[in-house]
Formats: sequence, structure tokens, C-alpha cells
Amino acid sequence: MNDNKSSPLLHMDHVTMAFGGLIAVNDFENKIYKNELVGLIGPNGAGKTTVFNVITGIYYPTKGKIFFDGIDITPLKPYQITHLGIARTFQNIRLFSDLSVLENVLVAQHHTIDNADVDRILKKHGKEKKVKGKAWFWRSVLKLGYMKKEKEMKNEAYKLLEKVGLSDLAWEKASSLPYGQQRKLEIARALATKPKLLLLDEPAAGMNPKESEELMKFIKFIRDEFDLTILLIEHDMKVVMGICERIIVMDYGSIIAEGNPMEIRTNKKVIEAYLGKEWEYAE
Amino acid sequence: MEKLSNKTKTMLTIFIIVFFAFLLFLASRYLDSYRLRIINLMAIYAIMAVSLNLINGITGILSLGHAGFILIGAYTSALLTLTPSQKVSSFIIEPVNPIIQNLHTNFFVATILGGLMAAFFAFLIGWPVLKLSGDYLAIASLGFAEVIRILALNAQSITNGALGLKGIPEYTNIWWAWGWLLVTIVFIVSLVKSSYGRALLAIREDRIAAELMGINVFKHELISFIIGAFFAGISGALYAHWLTTIEPKITTLGPILTFYILIMVVLGGLGSISGSVVGGITFALLMEWLRNLEDPFTIFGLNFPNGIKGLRLLVISTIFILTMIFWNRGIFGRNELTWDSIYRFFKRFKKKRGGK
Repeated sequence: MNDNKSSPLLHMDHVTMAFGGLIAVNDFENKIYKNELVGLIGPNGAGKTTVFNVITGIYYPTKGKIFFDGIDITPLKPYQITHLGIARTFQNIRLFSDLSVLENVLVAQHHTIDNADVDRILKKHGKEKKVKGKAWFWRSVLKLGYMKKEKEMKNEAYKLLEKVGLSDLAWEKASSLPYGQQRKLEIARALATKPKLLLLDEPAAGMNPKESEELMKFIKFIRDEFDLTILLIEHDMKVVMGICERIIVMDYGSIIAEGNPMEIRTNKKVIEAYLGKEWEYAE
Repeated sequence: MEKLSNKTKTMLTIFIIVFFAFLLFLASRYLDSYRLRIINLMAIYAIMAVSLNLINGITGILSLGHAGFILIGAYTSALLTLTPSQKVSSFIIEPVNPIIQNLHTNFFVATILGGLMAAFFAFLIGWPVLKLSGDYLAIASLGFAEVIRILALNAQSITNGALGLKGIPEYTNIWWAWGWLLVTIVFIVSLVKSSYGRALLAIREDRIAAELMGINVFKHELISFIIGAFFAGISGALYAHWLTTIEPKITTLGPILTFYILIMVVLGGLGSISGSVVGGITFALLMEWLRNLEDPFTIFGLNFPNGIKGLRLLVISTIFILTMIFWNRGIFGRNELTWDSIYRFFKRFKKKRGGK
């Protein structure tokens, strides 16, 4: 899908992230195009999650810039980046555990009634207004035309839960769901922010082969259903090789290889990164 | 799970409010002034607890600066209801600032302005304080409350310093106190039940996840802080016109008050508004009722002709510790007293009896 005519959805322009002397991400340069499903793999500590944290604005990169849809998102705050259309899940599930499943999704929709910032950012970059910036605070507290909005939001959230197959559990507490369902809910919550780019951090972690099989189907399904571009970190090679069209391999903070699953499987550098160099065994 | 229809719930709510108003009417007719004062104090404490609960329990910001906002509300409203001549005669050390001397409004406007002033200070303080988190925020907010108290102690021409303000008219009656409690509860429940309230709960559950789900965490925390401070200011105004004398002392409008409110909130259940109301009422009742313990008494032949001062605080602390042991999330936990929960309770109760 590397269609060079269209501009990339996400462009990591030589991004470096250093924590003091430790360089977690080194000169990361990559472009991700619309509707791609890209895998980001590498041994533990290679800097994959740091890449996610830099994209979503949790860390401010030491060097380099990140462009999303043509907008420089490097200086933006995490919530603004979410408003622009990047959503993510977490390696260790971070649901709002005391809220119900439906409420978890509703929280992710909150920015549809409180997004005064996005307008300003879009305008600054000469982009057309996606939505009119609004802050519903007084209307929601004094209930001025808010109940209708609340109903709309609830319907939308419920529909989303139906699509991902969690609607039966809508009123359960998020913490009471089984592990696999919690993972699914995290993805549903991310989808509720209406993203263009979805970042999945080890979605198959802790799943058995059957569950990860289902997850693969699910990821493909949401990409088509919600017209998404997906970047995912995964250790389960079956999942990565099974669904990703392009794979980026990192080691010690740098990209060491990039290509389709077949190319990656036979790449010498990748094998070295995972298994060590051959001559080391010879000695 | 069976639920009551919205219409029934609204009817029941209106009925209970009218019923409660009738009870208060009876109280105001037939109870003596001492008991009425306690009933007013219950409502004032409940407002303080509910407003702190919005900040501490619902948004999850551990703020210890509540007394500062109450002090601002108390002083602002008191300076507005005192007549110019009263102000001139009570400012002995330094004459009163001429601008403040001539300001005079009725009680209602003074209360609102007290709340707004507290909200304004919360806005100023919120910017630096809310950049912190956890324990650091707690200490910083405690520090700011102390700064406000020390300012009140030293700004002679505005606050009359350590002498305090005396002869404040006792405007706080049963209707003002409970009326404002109703407004506070309705406003805060309405906030919590909206999308903004859900955002606040999400911030309490996981700040980082909330931020990454598109919530402007800082702004929402600031909103919660300002609204909590507004109602703290309102309660301060009611408190000032209940006490009739206010001074910037540690015990009346200082950290001790913050800790009392914190006890009410935790006792009722962090995050539960009904819990805070119950906590505030219980605390006011206990504090008065346990005064009996400080009377002269004789035990096992030992005679205490002057009683033991501070014994009631000891007993309250013990009650508090016991509550925390048996109900470690407070009386209500994070649950609310709603019509649905009452209905369910009775349903279960009926089933149990029917089963036997």
C-alpha cells in the first residue's frame, strides 16, 4: 500500500529520545501510510513502547519531529494528539476499573463535547475545521439540551460495544471482566475517540493461541470497519507475521530492518538481534 | 435488575424534598435555639464535606487547602454584611480600608460573592498547585491555605488581624443553610452525572489513560477545584454568619477545620456524595453530643470536678478509627444512596423474609 502519491499519515522525522545518557530511540525515521497495518517488533528494551510514548505526546522527543496528517504534533499535549486522531492501548491494561464498561467508552467520547483546542490547532495549520470547537460545561451541568446529547453519546457507545461484541457486559464494572475482554474493551475505548491511527501495545500479551487467533481476526475486522491505520507492537510472531503488511524491527533504539513478513523472516540482522551472532556459538 | 422509571424517581425526589422541608419547618417552629443551631451546623458541615468530596473523592486530587477557601468566603461575606459603622468601631489597631468600609450588601449577595471570591482564589492557586500530584499537591495546598490564613492575620486594615471580625449578624437560619445544601447537592450531582463528571472519575481512576483518551486533565482538575472552592466559600459565608465572630485561628478557620472536613468525607466514603452529607451531619451531631463527656464527672470514686478537656476529640478519633477498621472505605464506600439502591435493598429484604 506504499502509495507514494499520497502523503504519509504519520511521519516520524529522525526522532531521537534520550533519557540522560540512555538513548531509548535513536534517529527513528519512518512513514506510515493510510490503511497500512504495520508491526513494530524487537527484543525487550529495544525502545518500542518509547516510540509509542513519543508519538502520543507522553514524552517530548530530544531531537526530530513527528507529523500526523501534515500537522507537526511534536509540541502538542497527549489529549490534543488524541483529538487529532491518534488513539492507543497500553501494554499493561489501564482501564478505568471502577467505571462500567459503557462508561469507559463514554469517557473516550468526552472530547466530542469538550474540544475547544482542536479548532485552534487545525486553523493554525490551515486545515479545515473538522468540528466546531465547543465546551459544553455549563450546558451539561445546567442540563440545557444536554440530555439529548447524553442519549446520543450513550447510543453511539452502545453501538460500538455491539460491534466489538461487548454489549452484553455494558453495565459490568470494567475490573470484573476476564482478561481477554479487558483487552478488547481497551481497544473499544480507543476506537471511541474516533481515531485515524490506532497504536496497539502488545494486544496479544498473555493470550493463549486460540485467543490470539481471535484477536488477529478482530484487528483485521476493526481496520476495515473503522477505516483505520494500525501500528502494533507484538511479541507473538504468529500474530505479527499473520496480519502485518509491513514490519519494522528495532534493536537498541534503532531500526535494524524493515519489510514484509517474508523479508523479515529471512533477514540476517533480525535473526542476529533475536538469537545472537552465529560465531558466538562457534566459540 | 429491576429499575424504577425516571418519572417515579423524580416524583419520589420531589416528595422527599417537600417532606424534608416540612420537617425543617416543624423544627424551626418547635425546637429551641440551641438545637436549631446544631441543625444549621449540620447543613454547613455537609456543604463543606460535599465540596471537598468533589475535589478529593471524585476527582482524586488530595487537596488539604479547603479551610483556606472557607476562610476567604467567611471574611468576604462578613465584611459585606457588617455595617460601615460597625466596621469603624471594631477596627481598633488600624482603621479600616475606606473602600471596604463602605461596601455593604444583603446576606444573599454576600454569600454568593464569598463563593466567587473563593473560586477566584482557587483559580489562582490551582495553576501552580495542580501541576503537582499526590503528596506534593497535598502539602502545597495545605501551604496555600496557611498562607491565606497568615495573610488574614496580618492584613490589619482589611481583616482586622488577630482581633477578627465581631458582631456579624446571625443571618444563617435553617432555610439558608439547608437551602444552600440543596443547591450544592443538586449542582454537584448534576455535574457528576454528566460527561464532565465521568471525565473527573476517569481522572481519579487513571490520569494518564484519561489524558490519552482525549481529556484535558489539567483543565478538568482546575474546574473541579474551582467548583469545590466556590461551595467551600458559600459554606464559609454561612459559617461566619453562624459563628458571628471569626478570627484567623488554627482551630476555627485553619488546618484543623480542613482535617475535620476530611474526617467527614472519609467517614462517609470518599467519592460518595450521599456519604459526605451523612458524614457531615454525623460529625456535627457527635461533636455536640459528646460535649457531655467534658462535663464534671465521677468514675470509680475518682472525681473530675472540671471534666477532662479534649476528651470528646479522643472519643471521636476512636470512633473514626473503629469505623475505618470495620468499613475501610467509609460508611457508603463509593456507592450513592439512590432510589434504585433503596428499591433493591427493600426487594432483597422482602425476599429474605418471604424465603423464611
